[in-house]
Amino acid sequence: MDIMEQKGRIFDIQRFSLHDGDGIRTIVFLKGCSLRCRWCCNPESQEYKIQPMVVQGEEQIIGEDRTVREVMEIVERDRPYYNRSGGGMTLSGGESLCQPEFTKALFMGAKEYGFHTALESTAYSSYEVIEGILPYLDQYLMDIKHMDSSKHKEFTGVPNELIHENARRIASSGLSQLSIRIPVVPTFNDTVEEIRDIAIFAKSLKGIKRIHLLPYHRLGQDKYQGLGRTYLMDHIQPPTAEHMHRLLETAEQASGLPCQIGG
Amino acid sequence: MGLYTFDSSDIPKSDRIPKLIEDLFEKMPVIESARAVLITESYQATEHEPMIIRRAKAFDHILRNIPIIIRDEELIVGSTTIAPRGCQTYPEFSYEWLESEFDTVETRSADPFYISEQTKKELKKANSYWKGKTTSELARSYMEKETLIAMEHNVFTPGNYYYNGVGHVTVQYEKVLAIGYEGIKRQAKQELDNCRVSDGNYIEKSRLLQAMMISCDAAIAYANRYAKLAEEQAKTCKDRRRAAELTRIAQNCRRVPMQGATSFYEACQSFWFVQQLIQIESSGHSISPGRFDQYMYPYYEKDRNQGKITREFAQELIDCIWVKLNDLNKCRDEASAEGFAGYSLFQNLISGGQNAEGIDVTNDLSFMTINATMHVQLPQPSFSVRVWNGSPHEFLIKAAELTRTGVGLPAYYNDEVIIPSLLNRGLTLQDAREYNIIGCVEPQKSGKTEGWHDAAFFNMCRPLELVFSNGMDKGVQVGIKTGPVEEMTTFQQFFHAYQAQMDYMIELLVNADNAIDVAHAKRCPLPFLSSMVDDCMGRGKTVQEGGAIYNFTGPQGFGVANMADSLYAIKKLVFEEEKVTLSEYKEALRLNYGKGLDVEDLTDLTSDVLKGLKEEGQPVGESEVAAVLKSVLEISESDAVKEQGERLLKLINGIPKFGNDIREVDEFAREVAYTYTRTLEKFKNPRGGSYQAGLYPVSANVPLGAQTGATPDGRLARTPVADGVSPAAGKDTHGPTAAANSVAKLDHFIASNGTLFNQKFHPSVLSGKEGLEKFVALIRAYFDQKGSHMQFNVVDKETLLDAQKNPDQYRHLVVRVAGYSALFTTLSRSLQDDIINRTEQGF
Repeated sequence: MDIMEQKGRIFDIQRFSLHDGDGIRTIVFLKGCSLRCRWCCNPESQEYKIQPMVVQGEEQIIGEDRTVREVMEIVERDRPYYNRSGGGMTLSGGESLCQPEFTKALFMGAKEYGFHTALESTAYSSYEVIEGILPYLDQYLMDIKHMDSSKHKEFTGVPNELIHENARRIASSGLSQLSIRIPVVPTFNDTVEEIRDIAIFAKSLKGIKRIHLLPYHRLGQDKYQGLGRTYLMDHIQPPTAEHMHRLLETAEQASGLPCQIGG
Repeated sequence: MGLYTFDSSDIPKSDRIPKLIEDLFEKMPVIESARAVLITESYQATEHEPMIIRRAKAFDHILRNIPIIIRDEELIVGSTTIAPRGCQTYPEFSYEWLESEFDTVETRSADPFYISEQTKKELKKANSYWKGKTTSELARSYMEKETLIAMEHNVFTPGNYYYNGVGHVTVQYEKVLAIGYEGIKRQAKQELDNCRVSDGNYIEKSRLLQAMMISCDAAIAYANRYAKLAEEQAKTCKDRRRAAELTRIAQNCRRVPMQGATSFYEACQSFWFVQQLIQIESSGHSISPGRFDQYMYPYYEKDRNQGKITREFAQELIDCIWVKLNDLNKCRDEASAEGFAGYSLFQNLISGGQNAEGIDVTNDLSFMTINATMHVQLPQPSFSVRVWNGSPHEFLIKAAELTRTGVGLPAYYNDEVIIPSLLNRGLTLQDAREYNIIGCVEPQKSGKTEGWHDAAFFNMCRPLELVFSNGMDKGVQVGIKTGPVEEMTTFQQFFHAYQAQMDYMIELLVNADNAIDVAHAKRCPLPFLSSMVDDCMGRGKTVQEGGAIYNFTGPQGFGVANMADSLYAIKKLVFEEEKVTLSEYKEALRLNYGKGLDVEDLTDLTSDVLKGLKEEGQPVGESEVAAVLKSVLEISESDAVKEQGERLLKLINGIPKFGNDIREVDEFAREVAYTYTRTLEKFKNPRGGSYQAGLYPVSANVPLGAQTGATPDGRLARTPVADGVSPAAGKDTHGPTAAANSVAKLDHFIASNGTLFNQKFHPSVLSGKEGLEKFVALIRAYFDQKGSHMQFNVVDKETLLDAQKNPDQYRHLVVRVAGYSALFTTLSRSLQDDIINRTEQGF
């Protein structure tokens, strides 16, 4: 089958993204995820099925099926900005690896067009799927959320062993530039010890480029209501700037890697 | 590689600068009468002489007698008024508006000025001389009846030059810096010596050259008055540091601008006198310093190489000039003040870019001009940078840092579009490469051009209203008869009707501008200004009479986005999808989509109905008028009208809009812009030059929008029209790259008088080094697609809302209005609201 005609399910395409990989990027958000992170700011991404959500008082249908060609036609529009900034296309979600054929086709398509590619991903998938896309992927932005598997499971719905194993294999493949992103979520992983442990793990990964600490934010809160769901993080305040700075120092010391707050 | 190496590092701000700024902004600006009194005295004494000599003698009389002052701690001297930020008046252009606004000018919302009772008395006395002698009166007498009607009905407004001097010029600063006014006088003398009394143009040319010499002497005398004042003050000054500064000021003013400058400090003082004196001769704004970093550089480089000046002191002098540029001011009539809000004089100064050979000439001073704008954080100068493929990355990063401060500066200009667009207008390649910007966004070659930029505002929405009314407005035949709109059966037919109304109105616009142009040549030729523009001496003509090498007239159209969206909606809804008829559209527009009518609209509708009754031979008495008004009011507020309005607005809402990177719509917008730009370029002005279009509104999109009825894009009556070539407010919903791509699809080359694209960002977009890099990439990528100009507001909405509530705490908050920056709190409430409502990009 022509990869350009491969279809998949997305729920948004966002242009002029500045914090999701190198340069100015277009993010394609794929629908469906295996994890159920309590703080997820895109809860409409979790279900694969097309579903309604109330946005500012009006019901919208979330999710649509598009071909690779259709997606590329939109990504193509900002080529001058990629050229000038070293940017390109980023797949996000949801978890793109839940739609393995489509994800692979999108990256192959992007390479046909000559775009730089990046993936924001939990890496919760069989390694065979990941291995299939690595040749077409320039930048892997991978979440490592917690070193303790039971706590990981409690807050995300899945244990962490597969994720960590995949991280090691992606790193040693050397096929894609790997960065680790840590969503810093109060009550879950925002202690100095928890961040330090993740940083030490990151250090053990071969060729890793950078660690990003992404402070928890509440931007997704209204969406839970729009989906008729309860927001479990209602009582959580975003971490303070001072605390984030302390964690940044912790990560730097423990990993010896370049670290930054934000994407 | 560029021609120069440069040092991009920051230089700290001297303590002098905040003190100068504080003194400048302490009080409301004041109107003074000295110039008006002096020019009237001189005119009364020279009535039998040729106009050009009278102008020179008046200039001389003013400069020898106008009160002068050296402000505390100034290093660069020369003030047009005793009060800081004050203004003089210019009765030879017009005066009636000021007299009628004497009692409101202090309390009006846009740009208020204080005026004392004594000043009012003196101005009234002086003004009484000018009745029947002004340029505006002469211009009006030259205009056709149809032109006056079109202006009365707000299709276009040439208010700028109708009531004021022209300005909008960059003179040969480099010539004054090099040879001084003595040198210029020598050139005039030599030219005169070469003339023969039998030459065909001897009479006028010889008078002009004499007038130039008188003007040069006047400028020298003025500087010497400052030298004397500084000497006197130095003698009595107890502070030895300041006394030494005053002595230095005196030495500078004894030498320049009489002779060539021998140091950077002298060059700065010389520059300032040129800048200030042009604005005493004539009241025009947008007297633009242009490529300051280029013509000042030799003096800086020489002093640096000889170890005569530190970077810090050079920076302090530049900062002082920046403050002085805010000391000059201008009082406009109330309507114009709304259109040019923010006390702005649009003194555009541009850094970076190429030289005549196409080599990048970014230098130390290019960076120091950015530093200066960071240091003073004031609206003047209107600071710009030139960008091309060879611009040093470091320079653009530094410029982006300035953008990040939120001062709304600099504006970015694209050499890769502007140079070819000037070539297309007949400039030589060398001249085109050396362009600078006048006023808001208008490119030209300094010292050779009378560009008449900013010659009028042309409201592209009004001709469309005339299509719906078959040329009628408020019961008067304003446009031509394009036939009843209800009977149009194809989109082609409708579009041709729009083009026909446009063509007719553009001709009248040309008639208005040419009338004003001739009036300026007859009544206010400017010998001083003309002594610094080529080839006035050789041709024996002032710039007003066609003495400049390049002559243009550039009136700007605005509302491109509204018209693109409107015509596209009609094409789709009426002719393709057939969901609405033109007759339904017409009713909805007349009734403002059922969203309520103001008094003026009600009166218009009522008089339309009454006119119809009269034509049918029915009696029209007081009772009929009352009955018709009542029924019009009832109809406009009826549920049926409201429902129909809602239905139509919803349909319009579903139609794609310009600004979202949709090829079909954007290509359509390009065609719509041509209805103005292509028609206009066929016309000639009285100076032998051609017309060229600009597409930018300054801030007139708000007040002129208030004179515009509802438009078929769903825009309600009296609300602002779109800003520049930017998409209609709130209609671009796909982010800054999509908006930029759409705007880039317009033909920026043909709009060679400039286009204006405004984007607004939260400061967070530019955070960190990476933020600056991405911001520069955005500009470069827009320019890769052949956009011409880009400017940015970097503030958040909350900041602006808070500034509206607590203006006292935001007196220094500068925002980018349109083509220039202004203090936010000095803008009228409606303009503030418009700035707040422009789509916030990025997040």
